[in-house]
Amino acid sequence: MSATTSHVRAIYRKEVREYRRNWSIVSTMAAIPLGIVVFPLILVIALPASAASSLRGDPLVILLGIPALIPSIVATYAIVGERVQGTLEPLLTTAIRREELLLAKALAALVPSLAIAYGMYAVVVVCTKLFAKPAVASVVLQWPYVVAQVVFTPLLATLSIWIGIAISTRSSDVRVAQQLGALAGLPVLLVTYLISFDVIHVTPGLAVGFGAALLVLDGLGWWVVAVTFDRERLITSTS
Amino acid sequence: MIDRRTTGPALSVEKLGKQFGDRVAFEDVTFDVGYGEVFGFLGPNGAGKTTTVRALSTLISPTSGSAMVAGIPLLPENGVRIRERISVMPESPGLYERLTVAENLECFAGLCALSDARHQIGRALREVKLEDRANEPCGKLSKGLRQRVNLARALLNDHADVIFLDEPTSGLDPAASREVHDLIDGLRQRGVTIFLTTHRLEEAERLCDRVALLNTTLRALGRPDELRERLFAKTLAVRTVNPIPVPDDVFGGLPAVDGWRQDGAATYVITVSDSVVAAPHVTRALAASGADVLSIGESHHSLEDVYLELIGEGTEAVPQ
Repeated sequence: MSATTSHVRAIYRKEVREYRRNWSIVSTMAAIPLGIVVFPLILVIALPASAASSLRGDPLVILLGIPALIPSIVATYAIVGERVQGTLEPLLTTAIRREELLLAKALAALVPSLAIAYGMYAVVVVCTKLFAKPAVASVVLQWPYVVAQVVFTPLLATLSIWIGIAISTRSSDVRVAQQLGALAGLPVLLVTYLISFDVIHVTPGLAVGFGAALLVLDGLGWWVVAVTFDRERLITSTS
Repeated sequence: MIDRRTTGPALSVEKLGKQFGDRVAFEDVTFDVGYGEVFGFLGPNGAGKTTTVRALSTLISPTSGSAMVAGIPLLPENGVRIRERISVMPESPGLYERLTVAENLECFAGLCALSDARHQIGRALREVKLEDRANEPCGKLSKGLRQRVNLARALLNDHADVIFLDEPTSGLDPAASREVHDLIDGLRQRGVTIFLTTHRLEEAERLCDRVALLNTTLRALGRPDELRERLFAKTLAVRTVNPIPVPDDVFGGLPAVDGWRQDGAATYVITVSDSVVAAPHVTRALAASGADVLSIGESHHSLEDVYLELIGEGTEAVPQ
């Protein structure tokens, strides 16, 4: 096993163990998406068949707010949490590179976030199939919409994580970091609402362009956070 | 492959300094530490000890001077290589409280990329006598036990040429401190190079081959006995039942005796150039004078005396 794999794996495993020992993290991660899911689900189930033809856009696109919001809240704990626990200094005196540390932290936030986002979407799809009028279900569960959910979820989650980690490296207080992380996810949540209500009309071209931009931003996010990761400031500053 | 142990010191520091804005943390610090040496780094709170350790362990960048750590130049591009060759035990244990002792060590074993992590964790746990606590969450351990886990973590890296121990007994009770001392003693006997920062002078005196006294700048460097000799004249302390009527008649002109002073009613401090030569002559002179001698012995100065002489009592380093 290469040093990089070993380093990333060590931090990732540690993070997962901490999640498992701290159910409040997992329950918080699951509670917020429930709030996001309820509104579109009720809307889709309650919609009469006659209204299916008047549906503009994908009401379930709101669910993309989950990967925009949850990972950043989780990721904001990544570095400031280590600082507050006093574990950052021992961690940074090992041979781990900043890119490895950040990648491990990002993966540890990404995996449960994806599980929750995809899990919630699966629940909504199943409920729509079971309880919505068939005419409504056939409009809501079109393949392009499903593909968009599957593709955009990790792209948004990754960007959200880098924003969360960037906030985390600049914070000295966990609560402030998590509040800022939640705020950072709100613009994307707003965009999903605008798409859902067809205020922003998404064409296939716009979707591809948006996806490509997210992909670039995801890569750039890792680079920017790694470059601005300053060991000395993290160890010596108190504010 | 070149064996670094035969080609230079484990640590070589040359006029190293660190400033945070206008504030000088430490400056003009120069010393070498040989392989297998236990080197004590002493000084009052705020003297720059921890900052020096942080600089040498690549956590912060020095603003002046140069250093070689485990034979590798202390430069930003060598950070990973240096950290592969050192272990650091910070003053605060910094453990993952929800994880068990073994899980904490497993994480750091992964960061040291150990080939046989399980074996090394077992060895480190045995060394700090924590095998039976391996599955306990760190959050439930006492301060002393956490410090042992902290030390076990520093012992994991078997590639380490230098182990930095930053105030390893800070906040520990005497029994726990003694346990840590015994562990460090064990490491010394195994030939591990240790850089020990402390403000506990008895700890440094007991454990260190050489010490450096830092108070922003380096005030002294050497073996504890060397520093004592350098700072304090050798003396013999003589106590008699009654005061000697004319001490000059007794002590004056004796071989290797440079002078004397009275320290209390019937106590005399005799400055000597060589106590082995002077003591028999002083004893015979006292007997010849008819003085009833209670005791005669060499005066001992502790490292604490050296420290107080050089740093001052109750000193807390003042930022420059």
